[in-house]
Amino acid sequence: MNRYLAKRLLQGLFVLWAAYTLSFLILYLLPGDAAAIQAGGAENGGVDPALVERLRAEYGLDRPLWEQYTTALARALTLDFGTSTQSGTAATAAVSAVLPQTFALAATALPLAVVVGVALAIASTFARWRWLRQALSALPPLGVSVPSFWIGLLLLQFFSFRLRLFPSMGNEGWASLVLPSVALAIPTGAFLAQILSRSLRQTLEQPYIELARAKGAGSARVHFGHALQNAVIPALTLAGVLVGQLLAGTVVTETVFSRVGVGRLVVTAVNSRDIPVVQTVVVFAALVFVLTSLVVDLLYPLIDRRISVTGASLVNA
Amino acid sequence: MTSDLLIATTVGERARAVEQPAEAVAPRSSSLRRVAASAVRQPGLVAAVLVLTMVVLWAVAPALFTGSSPIDGVPRDKLQPPSAAHIFGTDNLGRDLFARVVHGSGTSLLATTAAVLVGLVAGSLFGLLAGYLRGIVDDAVMRVMDVLLAVPSLLLSLALITALGFGTLNVAVAVGLASVASFSRVMRAEVITVSTAVYVEAARSSGVRWSTILRRHVLPNASGAVLALSALEFGAAVLAISSLSFLGFGAPPPAPEWGSLVAGGRDYLAVAWWLTTIPGLVVVAVVLSANRVARAFERTGAQR
Repeated sequence: MNRYLAKRLLQGLFVLWAAYTLSFLILYLLPGDAAAIQAGGAENGGVDPALVERLRAEYGLDRPLWEQYTTALARALTLDFGTSTQSGTAATAAVSAVLPQTFALAATALPLAVVVGVALAIASTFARWRWLRQALSALPPLGVSVPSFWIGLLLLQFFSFRLRLFPSMGNEGWASLVLPSVALAIPTGAFLAQILSRSLRQTLEQPYIELARAKGAGSARVHFGHALQNAVIPALTLAGVLVGQLLAGTVVTETVFSRVGVGRLVVTAVNSRDIPVVQTVVVFAALVFVLTSLVVDLLYPLIDRRISVTGASLVNA
Repeated sequence: MTSDLLIATTVGERARAVEQPAEAVAPRSSSLRRVAASAVRQPGLVAAVLVLTMVVLWAVAPALFTGSSPIDGVPRDKLQPPSAAHIFGTDNLGRDLFARVVHGSGTSLLATTAAVLVGLVAGSLFGLLAGYLRGIVDDAVMRVMDVLLAVPSLLLSLALITALGFGTLNVAVAVGLASVASFSRVMRAEVITVSTAVYVEAARSSGVRWSTILRRHVLPNASGAVLALSALEFGAAVLAISSLSFLGFGAPPPAPEWGSLVAGGRDYLAVAWWLTTIPGLVVVAVVLSANRVARAFERTGAQR
């Protein structure tokens, strides 16, 4: 158990390192001179060459790339991702200042997405009438095809401008959290429902389900006693991707609802080409992915007893 | 396992399952009749093809569909709701929204196609290398792809845009590069299956060069699943590009794009519902249709 945990932690650290390196390569190596960008942007045309040179020296961009990378990585190990060019504060501080707002949004949207997604998947295989099952199973493909910014704007139009039930923007109070979390939960919930109902349908075709039915188990018993437990595994495997999607979804949702948060911070950072902040958020997203995957790995044995965490690897006996 | 992997395996399985029966070639007339018969049975697919055809026509020849200018408005006619004269209504500058949607199709579809092509070419190349060379190259490439999956693709695209700069083409490249992981996984899985097949072993043992084996045996057989995936990725790319365009990273105004059209209507939510609702509906229709066609392609595409 401990060896397994240690191995998974090491893998997680590798992913974080690789995410840092990848974002470093993207942000500092691709065409577009970081110093020129921060001196006023290539779009403005007339950038003062002396200022660019000074910035280059300040950021260490005049040194060889290898040296830049090792210096930056050493700093990143002490959680120093550089200074935000918009606010002049540390990039990590800029991100953690708005993190609680995004956490509140995600923590409302995630349970909503999971409950709706699971309920939809179960209902679309469990409902008594064929037409209802068909109607319900058409919903997830629709949900994943709808742009989330559009859903957000429709919700705004109807619930805050027409019915005046909820505020149209801002972070104050619970009421301001309702519409954004619904908008954020729809794509994630639809994605979850799609995966889970596909896997439920496959599980329900298994011989052991047939056997359970032959022995007289009712539809409810077959669903909840036999099928669901096995069908949930593929959906759980995707938990890391799902939570990552939710985090990425805040970029659009927070913009639509003019909320303060990590997602909105990224948009302004991209707009002003604030490289340290963008990199911090990318690495943070990787951290969220790693942590979620780790938690899910530890949950497997509780759901399926055939999966046991022994020795160095996950053994599926 | 991840979503892409899930897609990868199902696409691959279906492709292979369909590949097996090598029936006698049916005469052309009966295959035409079969198409007609299946069209009647699948009205959804027919509608999807019609939607896509119409949007492509909008992109190719916008002038055939609308006489109004997408850039110059008539200030007198501003913020009119949909009517016979302006079927999608007009915006705050009196520009015809239908004209803007139709003229925006070209940019939006071009960006989507470019994104899918970038993902397809780069992903296939990595997948081909990994699957054919195996060993340390395979390990290295696939570890990188794992990391690409750990970062949500929208954030990855945003990082790429920060480096590349704004504009439709940069957005397309950013979206395409962010989808490299799923293409390379499917390609790798297919290449591994094909290259362990007996006929490839036979070719290898009779001394055929590896570049020839790749070109003549591996690529043609592996491409079915990859093409099915690109149909699927098309819908995802429309969504991603419209989101980035909505956030303001696409073509600068006044050039119309589907995403930026929705963004432009944001300030008039309370007074002009059509400005956000209608361009969004167009995006929904295109994504749904692309996904519907992708599903049909998944089932039958590998037969060829």
